[in-house]
Amino acid sequence: MKYKTRLSLDILFKIVFKGTGLLVLALLGGILAMLVYNSFSFFMDVKPLDFITGMEWSPTAAIPKYGMLPLVLSTTLVTFGAMFIAIPLGIGTAAYIAEYASPRVKNLLKPAIEMLAAVPSVVIGFLGIVVLSPGIADLADLSNGLNALNGAILLAVMALPTIITIAEDAIHAVPKTYKEASYAMGATKWQTLRKIIIPAAAPGIIAAVMLGVGRAIGETMTVLMATGNASILPTSMFDSVKTMTATIAIEMGEVPYQTTHYFALYAIATVLFLMTLAANMLGEYFINRFRKYHAV
Amino acid sequence: MLFKSSKISAVVEWGTLLISTVLVCFFLVVVIWEIVSKGAGQLSWDFITKVPSAGMTKGGILTPIIGTVMLTILTALFAIPFGVCCAIYLNEYAEDNWLTRTIRASIRNLSGVPSIIYGLFGLALFVQALQLGTSLLAAGLTLGLLSLPYIITTTEEALMRIPNSTREAALAVGATKFETIKDVVLPSAMPGILTGVVLTLSRAAGETAPILFTGAAFYINNSNGYLNQEFMALPYHLYMLSTQHQSIEEVRPIAYGTALVLIIVVFFMNLTAFYIRFKYRKSATEM
Amino acid sequence: MKTKLSARNLNISFGTKQVLKNIDIQFVENEITALIGPSGCGKSTLLRSFNRMHDLSPDAKITGTLQLEDLDLYAKSVPVTQIRKRIGMVFQKANPFPKSIYENIAYGLRINNLPCDKSIVEKALREAFLWEEVKNDLKMPATRLSGGQQQRLCIARAVALRPEVILMDEPCSALDPVSTLKIEELIIYLKKKYTIVIVTHNMQQAQRIADKTVFLYLGEIKEEGPTHKIFDSPENEMTANYIHGQFG
Repeated sequence: MKYKTRLSLDILFKIVFKGTGLLVLALLGGILAMLVYNSFSFFMDVKPLDFITGMEWSPTAAIPKYGMLPLVLSTTLVTFGAMFIAIPLGIGTAAYIAEYASPRVKNLLKPAIEMLAAVPSVVIGFLGIVVLSPGIADLADLSNGLNALNGAILLAVMALPTIITIAEDAIHAVPKTYKEASYAMGATKWQTLRKIIIPAAAPGIIAAVMLGVGRAIGETMTVLMATGNASILPTSMFDSVKTMTATIAIEMGEVPYQTTHYFALYAIATVLFLMTLAANMLGEYFINRFRKYHAV
Repeated sequence: MLFKSSKISAVVEWGTLLISTVLVCFFLVVVIWEIVSKGAGQLSWDFITKVPSAGMTKGGILTPIIGTVMLTILTALFAIPFGVCCAIYLNEYAEDNWLTRTIRASIRNLSGVPSIIYGLFGLALFVQALQLGTSLLAAGLTLGLLSLPYIITTTEEALMRIPNSTREAALAVGATKFETIKDVVLPSAMPGILTGVVLTLSRAAGETAPILFTGAAFYINNSNGYLNQEFMALPYHLYMLSTQHQSIEEVRPIAYGTALVLIIVVFFMNLTAFYIRFKYRKSATEM
Repeated sequence: MKTKLSARNLNISFGTKQVLKNIDIQFVENEITALIGPSGCGKSTLLRSFNRMHDLSPDAKITGTLQLEDLDLYAKSVPVTQIRKRIGMVFQKANPFPKSIYENIAYGLRINNLPCDKSIVEKALREAFLWEEVKNDLKMPATRLSGGQQQRLCIARAVALRPEVILMDEPCSALDPVSTLKIEELIIYLKKKYTIVIVTHNMQQAQRIADKTVFLYLGEIKEEGPTHKIFDSPENEMTANYIHGQFG
């Protein structure tokens, strides 16, 4: 190939490569623009205050109500429930893998957890319907087991691999010198773990939890299939709830284009986006602290 | 006495952690056991080669299988070139300035965006604005966008592992930067890139939310997978069979079968990725 | 006694840090010149400026003239790929391409539009004293060779392009003494056809193979001259101190 051709190719591809970088920016920009534009259209019809503090979500009623609280609270309830289960289990498992498990066991556990992470959300939701639902219904004497508790357990299962992997990395990265100093003073393995290692790994563990929260908030299919989808203000874990994600999934398919209801769903999507953004940014902040900490 | 109680508490503590681990593994076992035991009965050559009939209560799931396969191919066609090129830009060309940092931050944010929002974006952009209608193409492109951040991240990691001395060697014999990337860097990074691609595609194959409004349908008239028409897909099929069907109990066995096929497809792709990663690590240590 | 490679008034800085100050140097054709000096004195920087490897560093600032015979190496009209074909480089740690032995040599030939076939590859490998050891399996991945063999492969890769100058940046520092001697033998053999500039930390090596030696300290040339003179009767006090191991 002639030199001139080689040089032209070099320059051409440099432009192509840079272009794809800009495409990524355009993608995020596009998503933001879509959310903002449609939310604005919504707030032309409905007052923001009514939306943010409204306690009723019934867009198809005679007098439509577009309060986001039932949906936000449903999401929060299910996510909290999920974290209540997933955090202790996740950190415990991560600690076990990092500190107690033999290499052979580790080589079985880590792929197993990756396998769990690979299960599609629709399959987990399906199991919520066929396994958990009858189980919960029996235990709590209800007509069916599609409620917040069901969703919380399923979301915990989905968030666990994320939490375990990142927390285990964080615990593993604690410098050996800390452990050695602790043992040298006569502390037991457990005392060392609880008082030295976990606190040292804290930023990484918090990051793991935040990213798990982000995952749980954004999950759609699992909650759609397992929580009952009644858009009321939840009062207990045994209530049927409708999360933000489920609302969008269910109602978007039936809503006429560019009606108030249509725009309302985008407003919900914007709130959802902001919540996951917050969780993920917190997670990132802690991951950076965890990295800086160990650069020492 | 002090020794004995500390020994007991040590066991208790170790036991607590062990129980967490066991519980987590238990979840995995339950998932697999439930689907395999109740779905295996459904698996037959007919099941995967015949189209659904009689309102989904009979026949097989060939149409959803074709749909999922085609979706995955479309996702790959879109996300791989863009993703790899973007990773090349970030790792090989970009200087550390505000633009690069913004692009990197955008990628991190994009990977945290819930999949349903990608579905909304796909609806707005591909179905409505670009007028592709609810179709295989629109859904495939949407899944492609969803997969972009992951492919970029994993490809960048693979590129970073190639030492700079290799690049210098190519430049020293007179290669242009593009030739260095094309002939030396990319081929060595290929196993790492492939691993990331396969893992990302296996995720895309199992996704439901992004295809809900962009083209997935419960019943279509033909199984030929036309790009501009609605399609069936395994995850959507499972969702509908278990929640929206008129006779849910009757089709329950088919739902199990669908779930099993879906898990097999996803696990198979994951195992392929593990295998590539394993072979790559082995040959890397031989160096 | 033709001058092959030269630098005049060369100053190089990276950002605010100046690494080379007012360098004036000539390298004579078909001679081996060694660049010695303590870590950080700028010897690698000087070496790499000749084949424009600093083009890769955005914060590098280079002023002065660098020439290959009459050609201005930094003239805008001169394609850098041409320069790198005429001035080859061997690096500190052997960096064969992750390809087969044959491909390692063929690649450079192909992209520079030079004829490439088995006989040419064989010739390059023979010139690098490597042919006998690899002739039975040219398809083997280069990474499976030993460290010394990989470095000889890198030398073969460089000579295959028939350069005029070969720049070597501490080529033996990662090798055991036996491999080192083999390569030193090779370098002496190569000087018949090529002009060689070698950066080395190993003063005994400089004495074994170099015709001329240049001593750099803190970015300046403190002394240069025939090797035996530099080592037996250095004029500069700093040179003497370095040679006698008092620093560096």
